[in-house]
Amino acid sequence: MSNPVIGVLALQGDVREHLAALAGAGADARAVRRPEELAEVDGLVIPGGESTTISKLASAFGLLEPLRARVGEGMPAYGSCAGMIMLADKILDPRSGQETIGGIDMIVRRNAFGRQNESFEAAVEVTGVDGGPVEGVFIRAPWVESTGAGAEVIAVHDGHPVAVRQGRLLATAFHPELTGDHRVHEMFAQMVRAAA
Amino acid sequence: MSTTSPSTSPTPETGTARVKRGMAEQLKGGVIMDVVTPEQAKIAEDAGAVAVMALERVPADIRKDGGVARMSDPDMIEGIIDAVSIPVMAKSRIGHFVEAQVLQALGVDYIDESEVLTPADEVNHSDKFAFTTPFVCGATNLGEALRRIAEGAAMIRSKGEAGTGNVVEAVRHMRQIKGDIARLKGLDNHELYAAAKELRAPYELVAEVAELGKLPVVLFSAGGVATPADAALMRQLGAEGVFVGSGIFKSGDPAKRAAAIVKATTFFDDPKIIADASRNLGEAMVGINCDTLPDEERYASRGW
Repeated sequence: MSNPVIGVLALQGDVREHLAALAGAGADARAVRRPEELAEVDGLVIPGGESTTISKLASAFGLLEPLRARVGEGMPAYGSCAGMIMLADKILDPRSGQETIGGIDMIVRRNAFGRQNESFEAAVEVTGVDGGPVEGVFIRAPWVESTGAGAEVIAVHDGHPVAVRQGRLLATAFHPELTGDHRVHEMFAQMVRAAA
Repeated sequence: MSTTSPSTSPTPETGTARVKRGMAEQLKGGVIMDVVTPEQAKIAEDAGAVAVMALERVPADIRKDGGVARMSDPDMIEGIIDAVSIPVMAKSRIGHFVEAQVLQALGVDYIDESEVLTPADEVNHSDKFAFTTPFVCGATNLGEALRRIAEGAAMIRSKGEAGTGNVVEAVRHMRQIKGDIARLKGLDNHELYAAAKELRAPYELVAEVAELGKLPVVLFSAGGVATPADAALMRQLGAEGVFVGSGIFKSGDPAKRAAAIVKATTFFDDPKIIADASRNLGEAMVGINCDTLPDEERYASRGW
């Protein structure tokens, strides 16, 4: 399979940037807002955005269970920032009723690096991404508080895990989609090809 | 936890253009709601707002009360920051860079240099590059949007006419901005210099817009959105998200209306979903006919 079909969950957030990065990584990228659109993709990106908003909209439009089902069946998924939160089995400080898709055995802390004034850029070495560090753009970013046995920490900033991989699932606290560097998306596209 | 991972070079940089503009990218497809109390902020968050705008009076009340409208009380802003986990924005007067400094010190996530408040400077807007906190500014046309971006704005909203519950001015300004961008795309390199002069905007930004076919920052719509269909209309006209001011908490059932506007903003191109979202929302805010507004009560003409 040379051109995997990779969806971007398009309920809210920086969907366009992920679509562009996926296209740059050689994927057939498309927006996903409905269960029938979800059924057609080989892999899915959950974008950056507001995790509470994405969670509420996923519940309201009947996407949460189909998302859990597909992730449970082994569909590759990648989440950045809010998407990382959506792929976490547990949120340390959830808003009432905030549901995640889950799949990665980790606990995340929302807005762990602070509010917008503390948002920052820093170079990040990611295991599995060759060619030097990626530019990490952290915006009101979460970090990973702890991981279980199945989850591998593949990047750390300031002592905190900021990228995790577990099987076919990938999550970053930062936003590679904002940088024009497609290496993380290429790694994910490779995961999708490998899963097919 | 695995401990064998490589670490980063710890030279973090805050307040970069990418971090400021990137923050607005995270809000796309969402609704930003005006709130005046922590309770309203929680209602907004529960309804799926991507951010709240903390202020003392919604624009409809600023209109009714008259007088000078200023930055809100820091206690009130902090109360809202503590109440929710979504980003909190707050308004400074146009050109009142000390109000903006105060808002930055309070830790708000975005500053709206807003025509809804009484302008503090009739010539100059604040130098927004001087701040770590990003700014959103209003615009009625492309030239105004680019002047604000040249001053450091990281997000633009079409102005509309706040506090009226009437979407007509929001439509006018969004069509103007999108129309101005479309016209630039048809120009050749020679013509872009004259276009920059006409738009009273820096050539570099004008050339960038001509190439991108869009603003270099996120474009939302504001000023008069009161219903789910209004929000969807603005998105179909090209807004990447909407601000809703008086329209929610001046209506009969704010929680229900807020959630409905959020749904219609996400599925802006699906009339069936907009129809469902529009059912039984109770009374919308009463609204004002913009053509009966005297010129001195038009907020959109503030800022230049």
